Amino acid sequence: MKAIVIDDSRAIRILLKRILVAQGFEVFEAGDGRQAIDELEKTGCIDLALVDWNMPVMTGYEFIVEIRARAEFAAMSIMMVTTESETSQVQLALDAGANEYIMKPFTDDVLKEKLMLLGLSQD
Amino acid sequence: MAVNGLTEADVVFLRELVLRRSAIVIDESKDYLIETRLEKLARDLNYANLGTLVADVRRDSGTITRQLIEALTTHETLFFRDVRPFDALKREILPPMIAARQASRQLTIWSAACSTGQEIFSVAMLLREQFPEVVNWPVRLYATDISGQVIERAAQGRFQQLEVNRGLPAAMLVKYFERDGVDWKIKDDIRRMVRFEQLNLLHNWPADLRPDIVLLRNVLIYFSVATKKELLTRVRHVLRPGGALMLGSAETTLGIDDSWERAPDSVTPWYRLPRSGP
Repeated sequence: MKAIVIDDSRAIRILLKRILVAQGFEVFEAGDGRQAIDELEKTGCIDLALVDWNMPVMTGYEFIVEIRARAEFAAMSIMMVTTESETSQVQLALDAGANEYIMKPFTDDVLKEKLMLLGLSQD
Repeated sequence: MAVNGLTEADVVFLRELVLRRSAIVIDESKDYLIETRLEKLARDLNYANLGTLVADVRRDSGTITRQLIEALTTHETLFFRDVRPFDALKREILPPMIAARQASRQLTIWSAACSTGQEIFSVAMLLREQFPEVVNWPVRLYATDISGQVIERAAQGRFQQLEVNRGLPAAMLVKYFERDGVDWKIKDDIRRMVRFEQLNLLHNWPADLRPDIVLLRNVLIYFSVATKKELLTRVRHVLRPGGALMLGSAETTLGIDDSWERAPDSVTPWYRLPRSGP
């Protein structure tokens, strides 16, 4: 399975990548939504994108809107991983096409449990 | 050797106390649980170390002892834990059961060791999402736990952010919860579906308890074989005909109470009594 971690914080990318690698994923990284789209145009549709909300250049929300408008990425699961924790924000992300949502801070187990919900867990 | 003021003799004493009061076996591989759980209690009660806490417990059979038992016997939980048991409820157990109960319109689901309520609230949300036809049935969701503190919390239906992050689909979070300060509260119409009560499973059960589904997940692992056998026998006697028993993924009735049969071809192990139609 392949995933892309999209976050402007290198520390968060390292953290998420570590958990995903342990779950058997090959992991790509991007520092904002635009970089992620550039990367995905090279890789093609992959299994999962973990995306932060607030990033420079292109936000996670804008990334979801753009990706969901492109049929070739329809099969990719998108999980928002963000400090935004208002009900309205969660709803907005889901309406835009996010499949799941994690509010920071989180633990390894939180991510693993969400992967299980998406049918992407090896456990 | 003393750890954080706790001696080997203290650990043995605590194991025996928990066994005597709750029939829960804490084997040596779980000794770390004693330390980690009691550290929080010692801090909350302003004890300098675990040794002084246990010394007081040795002298007291009341409040501190009760708090200590509760600290040692509450277990992890999360929404839709393990996912597959809820798939089994949705696809295999509830559809024929609901069809068979169209006339009586009665359905009772018992979460026997409910901890802070995530399991039974998951069932409540599942019913709302997948079985709207039972909305007007007098569905009885009954949830019990040995710990009074835990039951009190569960009945409030209030969860920390980390708790709603765990296992709960985001779509259900926005539909069934509302923000309450830094916490999240399950909406009243879901909360009111559940009746919470403190219950030690080894004591008497309510006389009118006749569940269709018993969730006894990750409970038996803490008991001796004799206690497991006793519990499975008692569940067998109260379960309605056609009912279902769900255990944790590491638990089985096999070799303990062979009156049960495992449902064939299920996505997850669940158990029923043979020759009893729905």
